Amino acid sequence: MSDAAATERLWSELMAAAQDGDRAAYERLLRAIVPFVRALVLPQHRAGDRAEEVVQDVLLSIHRVRHTYDPARPIRPWLAAIARRRSIDALRRHGRSAAHEVFDETAYETFADPRANRSLEVSAATEGLSEAIATLSPPQREAIELLKLRELSLAEASSLSGKSVAALKVNVHRAIKALRRRLQGGEE
Amino acid sequence: MSSGSDTDRLIGRLAASAEPVRRLRPPLLRAALWLAAVAAAVSAAILIFADLHVFAVRAANPKLALELTGTLLTGILAVIAAFELSLPDRSRAWALLPLPSLALWIAASGYSCWRHWLVHGPDGWAIGESANCFRFILGVSVPLAASLVVVLRRAAPLAPVPVAAMGGLGVAGIAAFALQFFHPFDVTFMDLGVHAVAVAIVVASVAAFERTAERRRRRPSL
Repeated sequence: MSDAAATERLWSELMAAAQDGDRAAYERLLRAIVPFVRALVLPQHRAGDRAEEVVQDVLLSIHRVRHTYDPARPIRPWLAAIARRRSIDALRRHGRSAAHEVFDETAYETFADPRANRSLEVSAATEGLSEAIATLSPPQREAIELLKLRELSLAEASSLSGKSVAALKVNVHRAIKALRRRLQGGEE
Repeated sequence: MSSGSDTDRLIGRLAASAEPVRRLRPPLLRAALWLAAVAAAVSAAILIFADLHVFAVRAANPKLALELTGTLLTGILAVIAAFELSLPDRSRAWALLPLPSLALWIAASGYSCWRHWLVHGPDGWAIGESANCFRFILGVSVPLAASLVVVLRRAAPLAPVPVAAMGGLGVAGIAAFALQFFHPFDVTFMDLGVHAVAVAIVVASVAAFERTAERRRRRPSL
């Protein structure tokens, strides 16, 4: 049996054991597949931080849909499909935020038509929001980043941060209140 | 900021919280079970409420058999495709499965309209019974779609919108099939238009419902 076939079989057996509740097998599987997932994700996400975030999103998705794996089928296509899907989601998310981060050498010009200034105003507002987020306390900033910027569910954010769902809710609620105060009322 | 050590910690937490899970049964079997339940309910409704004598007279015409085949096959194949597509590792080509029967459905209905036009002329554009057909397709599709969405969600599909759209086409096909038993006349142009609009509404509504649910899941309300 080739190395690839042996690995495939081992991962499949580990996942079958994990589905039956074997936590050690599950941990072994997740650690074993990280390089495989990273290799799939890296070409699309060159920035190291972002690639690692996508790898974590993929692991969270694998955890959420692990009951859909059929041990009679090969596991690599199942893993690769999840990795590709989450990678595309991350690209879309990044595309949305990148739309507010354009380089424009005429950014300081004000155009006669107010509609022409709108994208610059949005850019400025986004910059203000980023600065305001940076002033939040670390738990609040973490909650905003996980729930609002990475758009994770509460359960996924809880798994990733180790905080309880209730604590995340409180932190994100306080963070939004603080951001609103800061953005509406200027410096506190 | 994320690093490899964050990933290590995440793996530890995921493993520590991993409870046993019940594997999903094969998609074809799950589709067959759902379709069997729907077949029982639709058959009971037809036996109780439909005028089978009128239907028997219309059934003598072979083009009705084509329409029935087109609608029923579209319903069954689209539901099977939805179950397959709900799993991460199944080919997207499953989405093509109901297309031939959908073409048969459209062609058979279109032929009926053309025949009706030859016989009755522009009367085919009258609204007539079309409003009842519209209500029937929506009325049958809503409960079917709701039960199908519940079953499909067991797979927690990574791309729920195409899955929901395929499921919407399936329930619309089944509703259009059942409609033939309560439809004591051939399809007119207005009927065909109304049927198409009703099917489009069902597909778009189920897809939109799933899109909203997915956004809510990813952006929790506070």
